[in-house]
Amino acid sequence: METTMGCCEDMRSLVTSRRALLLGGASFAAWAYLPKFARAADGRDPRLVVVILRGALDGLATVAPIGDPDYAGLHGSIALSSSGPNAAVGLDNFFSLHPAMPEFARMYREKKAAVIHAVATSYRDRSHFDGQDVLESGFAGPGRVQSGWLNRALEGLPKGERVTSGLAVGPTTPLVLRGAAPTVGWAPVALPQAAEDTAMRLVELYQHRDPALANALKQGLALDKAAQGDDMKPKPGTNGVAAMRLVARGAAKLMAADDGPRIGALAFDGWDTHANEGGPVGRLAQLLGGLDGALAEFETGLGPRWRDTVIVVATEFGRTARINGTQGTDHGTGTIALVAGGAVKGGRVIADWPGLKPASLYQGRDLAPTTDLRAVMKGVLKDQFGIAEKVLAENVFPDSAPVKPMQGLVG
Amino acid sequence: MARDSQAALVALNRFGLGARGGASGDFLNAASDPRGFVKAELARPNGVLLEVPGLQSTPALGKAVFDYQFEIQQARDAAAKSAAPATEGQPPPDAKAQRRNLSLNSIAMDMAPREPSKEQPAKPPDNPNAAMAPAEAMRPNAPKPPPAPLNIIQKTFRAEALARLQRAVMADCGFTERLVVFWSNHFCISANKGGPARMWAGSFEREAIRPHVLGRFGDMLKAVEQHPAMLFFLDNQQSLGPDSRAGKNRNRGLNENLAREILELHTLGVGGGYSQADVTSLANIITGWTYAGRLGQLGAPGSFVFNANAHQPGAQRVMGKIYDAPDVRQGEAVLADIARHPSTAKFIATKFARHFVADDPPPALVARLADVFMRTDGDLKALATALVDSDDAWKAPLSKMRSPYEFLVAAGRLLAQIPNDPGRYLGGLNALGQPLWSPAGPNGFPDTDAAWAAPEGIKLRLDISAQIASRLADGVDPRDLLELVAADAASSETRKTIERAESRQQALALLLMSPEFQRR
Repeated sequence: METTMGCCEDMRSLVTSRRALLLGGASFAAWAYLPKFARAADGRDPRLVVVILRGALDGLATVAPIGDPDYAGLHGSIALSSSGPNAAVGLDNFFSLHPAMPEFARMYREKKAAVIHAVATSYRDRSHFDGQDVLESGFAGPGRVQSGWLNRALEGLPKGERVTSGLAVGPTTPLVLRGAAPTVGWAPVALPQAAEDTAMRLVELYQHRDPALANALKQGLALDKAAQGDDMKPKPGTNGVAAMRLVARGAAKLMAADDGPRIGALAFDGWDTHANEGGPVGRLAQLLGGLDGALAEFETGLGPRWRDTVIVVATEFGRTARINGTQGTDHGTGTIALVAGGAVKGGRVIADWPGLKPASLYQGRDLAPTTDLRAVMKGVLKDQFGIAEKVLAENVFPDSAPVKPMQGLVG
Repeated sequence: MARDSQAALVALNRFGLGARGGASGDFLNAASDPRGFVKAELARPNGVLLEVPGLQSTPALGKAVFDYQFEIQQARDAAAKSAAPATEGQPPPDAKAQRRNLSLNSIAMDMAPREPSKEQPAKPPDNPNAAMAPAEAMRPNAPKPPPAPLNIIQKTFRAEALARLQRAVMADCGFTERLVVFWSNHFCISANKGGPARMWAGSFEREAIRPHVLGRFGDMLKAVEQHPAMLFFLDNQQSLGPDSRAGKNRNRGLNENLAREILELHTLGVGGGYSQADVTSLANIITGWTYAGRLGQLGAPGSFVFNANAHQPGAQRVMGKIYDAPDVRQGEAVLADIARHPSTAKFIATKFARHFVADDPPPALVARLADVFMRTDGDLKALATALVDSDDAWKAPLSKMRSPYEFLVAAGRLLAQIPNDPGRYLGGLNALGQPLWSPAGPNGFPDTDAAWAAPEGIKLRLDISAQIASRLADGVDPRDLLELVAADAASSETRKTIERAESRQQALALLLMSPEFQRR
């Protein structure tokens, strides 16, 4: 961690003393009694990682429906293309992958990664907080529930097939992993003080409401940069490419251990691309590169365990199909989910494609969702851990019986 | 009564320490009767006192610190005698070890919600390669050796700090706590002066400031200038009357430090009509104002005593008036007179209005406060009441930055986090340039907007806000918190900025940094 001015030296250096392990509900005694997990049926020792992208990922920019005649027009200047420099990587005759994700492309070719498109939770409004609540709680609507579906899945594991505590990566346990089942927490040193995005939003607010503070903050940020000495160096933060890899590397190492956690959850921030989203290169491309690197770190770090691993990448909702006036996209609905890992039956884009004709768009704006994200999660939980459909429908994702687990994602 | 959200913002932020979270109803209460909400605390004079089990009197603390320092000295002497390397392994008697534990990060830790399930001690796994062992690259995270045990001075400082912080976080409005902080800064000492100052920083405020915050200025003045902490801070215990018995014997003399600050900083103010001759006279007059030492020759160790042996004999002239009492009453008479001097009234009124209202307060408000001060013979409750009753104080725009202390306490209140370890707050105060009870000079911490709205300070506040948010955003909805902070007095820009944040963490950090939260 870079040290800044003298006055803050004390503080900055101590930031690195953040405890490695933030025990979240870890009951050591209970843990000690838990048997080593192995699926009774086939002796596999599965792992599941849930990666949450906060801010609403543009699914149409990540896995572009280049074969859809309306796509290029809607996504305009930031649309991907299958030709030219930085061409998108064809996944099939219709969908192409963002060029910033070569590792995911490789996993896809090796049939160890898949895309589920036109997917959404049951939430249909446009608030990040409520959307994240629904995504992580597993309930049908935002209700300020204080437990998440991944935690309840831990509780719902068949008897005798208990896994050790879930691993919450980051300074706090994400809602998806909060609840009665024990979790352990881990965070790499020097997670962000304040992300650059947060600082920029604050500058914007101050410019409208408090010009004096705007000036002070801008100068303070400039000072900070100067003190760090290297403008080009990525700032520590969960949305830096290097930081995403770092977080994944640490989590993978913990989860690779024989008696390590089988289930982990982490979140990456910064996907709220209202302006200057970029196309094949630019801001979103950087983030996707970080995500891609994180997936690769899991593959490497989990070693032999990768064979039995599923990573699910999900976001609270998508973004508008048409770009806005500032070369970005606004809050939308349908988006993608990604799955990757040795246990994934991949090499497929799974989509009941609704089309991008004006009449097909949800509320005339968004990719219309045709797949319930809960079906994806349920399918993974069922196949990875053998959790009964009834438990999934009643406890893990309450009142979700009509949403059937997606078949054959894992195997 | 009609609901006035703008006035509620003034009541909570300008006069108080911010709305509390949870079900306090602070904003609604303040909105329905803003002045009543602020003044309610003035009706409970004893509510300003801070009596917490375990906090000791100044003499008791004095004896403890003298004994502690004596032991250290003896150990040093013994070590020197045996020609062994000096006092290695001895706990440092100063503040360094204390500062070591202060960190920004730990503020957030302290404020973090404590879920019952998280209370279980973190026992490391037996197998070092087990799940929780940090990855190789994360080695800096490895558990550190336990810090050295705190010495008596550090323990005392932390206990005093904790008591003050808890009171601030829990107070209904916080107006009287704001008054305590104002007067404590007006009559500041610095804990960095040395062991006794650090030991007494809290008891000084509890004994010399708090009992008089709603009493008389003259009584506070006397209590302050006779308090061992002030006598130590401004060196008066070393000052000897040149013609006193002790002065003649020891060939030492006058120290004008305390006398000068009494006139310049505590009462009349620069340009308040005193001369160098007055400073010297007053310095002579208060020779012998000291405290009893470890051996207790003059009285109970650590208690205020008048040492006639050190007192300059004879009458003295201060501001044109002759003072001829032969003992401690000589100085007490001077203090009583300058406490009710018009220059003092003007100086206090200006400072008071500047602190609460604006860097350049409305002249009419200053004049009214000075008038109240004069008419009531320095009744500080009347002064505070006049401030709250003044329309000027409610109409002025909320243009001042919260001080770091006000900011951190307001955050703790909003997030309903009662501190149980002061280290986190102390670290934040250090980082933001307002270390508790430790201003750089006897003029106290600055009280102008420019001092706290500096670029580095704002950036650091943002970092601290992000830290707090990363620990605390789970389980709260920043949109709800904005209602508690400002309700419909929140600007649409702030509202939108919070609603559009991409995560709860970000939204909470932005709320804590919003003008509605930072300005008062």
